[in-house]
Amino acid sequence: MFQRLSDPMRKPVRFRFEDQEIEAREGDSVAAALLAAGIGSLKDAPVSGTARGPYCMMGVCFECLVEIDGAGHQQACLAPVRAGMEVRRQPAARDIGVPVGGDGR
Amino acid sequence: MASDFIIIGGGLVGSALSHGLLKAGASVTILDEGDVAFRASRGNFGLVWVQSKGDGMAEYAQWSRESSELWTSFAESLGDATGINVGHHRPGGLELCLEPEEYEAYETSIKRMHNQGGVSDNDRRMISGDEVRAMEPNVGPEVIGASFCPHDGIVNPLLTLRALHRIAASARADYRPDHRVERIIPEHGGFRVITRSGSFSAAKVILAAGNGSAALGADVGLTIPVGPERGHIIVTERTRPLFNHVLGQIRQTDEGTVMLGATKESVGFDTGFNPEMIRKVASNAVRKVPALKGLRMIRSWSALRIMSPDGFPVYQESDDHPGAYSISCHSGVTLAAVHALKLAPALLEPGFNTRFAAFSPRRFDVPETE
Amino acid sequence: MSTERDVVVIGAGPAGSAAAAAAAGAGASVTVLDEQPEPGGQIYRNIESVERRRPADLSFLGAAYAHGASVVGAFRAVRTDYRPGATVWHIGALSKGKRRDVVVSRNGVSETISARHVVIATGALERPVPIPGWTLPGVMTVGAVQSALKNAGVYPSGKLVLAGSGPLMLQLAAQLIAAHVPIEAIVDTTPPGGLARAFFHLPHAFIGGETLLKGLQLRRAVLKSGVPIYSGASHLAAHGEGKLSSLSFTSAGADHQIDADVVALHEGVIPNTQLSRLVDADHRWNDVQRCFHPVIDQWGETTVAGVYVAGDGGGIAGGLAAERSGRITGLAIARRLGLLGDSARDLVVEEQRLRRFIDSAIRGFLDRYYPAPDWIGSVADDVVLCRCEEVTAGQLREAMAHGCSGPNQAKSFLRCGMGPCQGRMCANSVTEVMAAGSGTAPGEVGSFRIRPPAKPVTLAEVASLDAS
Repeated sequence: MFQRLSDPMRKPVRFRFEDQEIEAREGDSVAAALLAAGIGSLKDAPVSGTARGPYCMMGVCFECLVEIDGAGHQQACLAPVRAGMEVRRQPAARDIGVPVGGDGR
Repeated sequence: MASDFIIIGGGLVGSALSHGLLKAGASVTILDEGDVAFRASRGNFGLVWVQSKGDGMAEYAQWSRESSELWTSFAESLGDATGINVGHHRPGGLELCLEPEEYEAYETSIKRMHNQGGVSDNDRRMISGDEVRAMEPNVGPEVIGASFCPHDGIVNPLLTLRALHRIAASARADYRPDHRVERIIPEHGGFRVITRSGSFSAAKVILAAGNGSAALGADVGLTIPVGPERGHIIVTERTRPLFNHVLGQIRQTDEGTVMLGATKESVGFDTGFNPEMIRKVASNAVRKVPALKGLRMIRSWSALRIMSPDGFPVYQESDDHPGAYSISCHSGVTLAAVHALKLAPALLEPGFNTRFAAFSPRRFDVPETE
Repeated sequence: MSTERDVVVIGAGPAGSAAAAAAAGAGASVTVLDEQPEPGGQIYRNIESVERRRPADLSFLGAAYAHGASVVGAFRAVRTDYRPGATVWHIGALSKGKRRDVVVSRNGVSETISARHVVIATGALERPVPIPGWTLPGVMTVGAVQSALKNAGVYPSGKLVLAGSGPLMLQLAAQLIAAHVPIEAIVDTTPPGGLARAFFHLPHAFIGGETLLKGLQLRRAVLKSGVPIYSGASHLAAHGEGKLSSLSFTSAGADHQIDADVVALHEGVIPNTQLSRLVDADHRWNDVQRCFHPVIDQWGETTVAGVYVAGDGGGIAGGLAAERSGRITGLAIARRLGLLGDSARDLVVEEQRLRRFIDSAIRGFLDRYYPAPDWIGSVADDVVLCRCEEVTAGQLREAMAHGCSGPNQAKSFLRCGMGPCQGRMCANSVTEVMAAGSGTAPGEVGSFRIRPPAKPVTLAEVASLDAS
């Protein structure tokens, strides 16, 4: 989907997205690194659950939301990559706590 | 053309009353202040709540319970008439306690209500922290106990209002948004109500405008001792279902967002934002349900409740001007069923003040000293 | 426990960094809060990293971008309390001591800074472009493609189509061509007859002659490149199952559908008014640019005392004008703090005003050559307006028929604007659709009331906030 221009000076940074190992470069945003790895959708739309991908890449559209190291609702286009990061897609509804039958809503 | 009734206020109280009156065949004009058919949703959790109601007034405990019982069929009837599912659930409710003082206060309240007779404590009982966690796996270890009532429930207040408005429209009620009432003039055979956009006449007039009623009451000999009480609310992003019952101050909506409250401030009509209140709401919530810690607050605001000095409803027919009524309460959602099904019919009959004597504002009159 | 400062500047782009440098240079205590890890805003995003680590990329990113190095350098040269990776989520009311609380989240912790003056320099965003299918993965903005290029040196590798109208799209096209990135097509929605439209503004534009010349050079580069250009395009729609696969449109009387892996949309840039709305400043609708901007005085102060807007957030005028505005606001604040006399302030301000006049002289021409789109108010019913809550134009029109008379009622009724982006992606479109549907002027229709938090923040952070 996206490719890298020639980039001889920057160090590689490795992190995981879902169960995939991603090689990025120091200073990349998580969103840019994932686009470069061919990953075009980072979250599901809250109502219909359909796949969404980054739109603005500057922190105003919230379509690049991911979970980073267990913390959800992170804007991938603003988060710099870090070695060993565990990144996961953000589901339509956050999955915090313990699942229940849920008649309390 | 004059209506049988003019209702001032198109929020949950006014709309519920109009529903009952229309059902009984009366003609109704509803005068609403702004385009505010949707304003009630702002502050309202949509709790159909019984457990804390009526400590100090058995009639109110009874009234709340009655409404809670009627709500199920009321919700069904709204659905049948409009196709709108107002999301009514009645799984029972929990008021969680973090401090021994809270637990003791609830416990004492239950005892007092038990001694009031009638519906007494409405089957409210105290349960231990472990019992709470067995019922609600997402409640955290800081919770030392809770008061539980099997009759508590929830509903979507916006959809309820929308359904009531839709029914009113089909029954040819005359609904007027942007008609802020400036004055009521008693005249022969009824009342003339003056708004910015024209005047309306009716045999009877109902003041159901919440905090706006007090000023108009003087025109028709009604004292309406209600005032604003501010509460701050937080709404979060969506999350999967977290609760089996309804938690009093942590209310998950049908969409999956979580609404958090409930603070109290007396600041007049100021709906400004107080960061300290928001901090308190968030702090209470994460102490009770630690899983909420990582959930994001999307929006917060403050809204005004309608409070009488004792927190119980104020219902009255004017002595000086019979046919003018004031109907005020802070539980417009809980009481919507009885407002529509019990109170509205009573507006068509004599003896209103006798029937609703307990809710008269005379209860606030200072007794004359000798 | 809250920190006290003379000035808090929100945004470290050209306006914010200039305001901070001017105020700090005069002796004010200044905290600069910026969301990104480096200064430069969007226009000069990652300029320091690019200079250090990818200097070869400057050759295609262009001289306008490279200018950012001196802007950021000037900022670094002045001592401020600069905090990158910081997100402001509340600006409080004026206290009795004439201070305002600014609540900021950084590294998972929220803190309050008490300021005498607050400068909002959060710039602009691209006008959201609600075409059918715009929520498909692969549909982005021109700025998004440009940001990926600046931030990470990555570019769309499949079939890339640029679709829209405006100088930013022209600039991106020229950058991609210079970087030898293949562009499948440019679908230009600029209505034909631009020169006729903008003719009367051309003489004024010559005042900023250099900018005009640069624009012409970019244009020539694009025309020479051989990239297919479809002019006067309209009725854009993105298609695909689960992700983008093609773009359809009308051009020169014919219908087209071209394969695309990435579509970069652009229909101009509009002020980011999230924070100026948060403080309840007055806003006015600009009928030419078709957007709201805060009402500001000659110093950049809004109708809320002690809150200023500098840069594109106060009205689109470009990066160079933003530097001037920032400096003017910074000096005005320094004067108000008693750190400068009137004449010391005015000496620099007069010169900055003149420069800004020149820098923004091309604006009138550009705004008419590349007019704001006029079709948003009449998008088809099934087009999504609110991406977060998936509310369509048709649902909004139905709500209007049921009595919703403004964006805030629409919010309560439909949840439109209640998602995580808090209305950033739909506010402009909602105003347009409601104005078109009711025959009311957009300025009358208004926009969403913005409440704290200005950006979503965790409950844990809110719970541990130490409000002053």
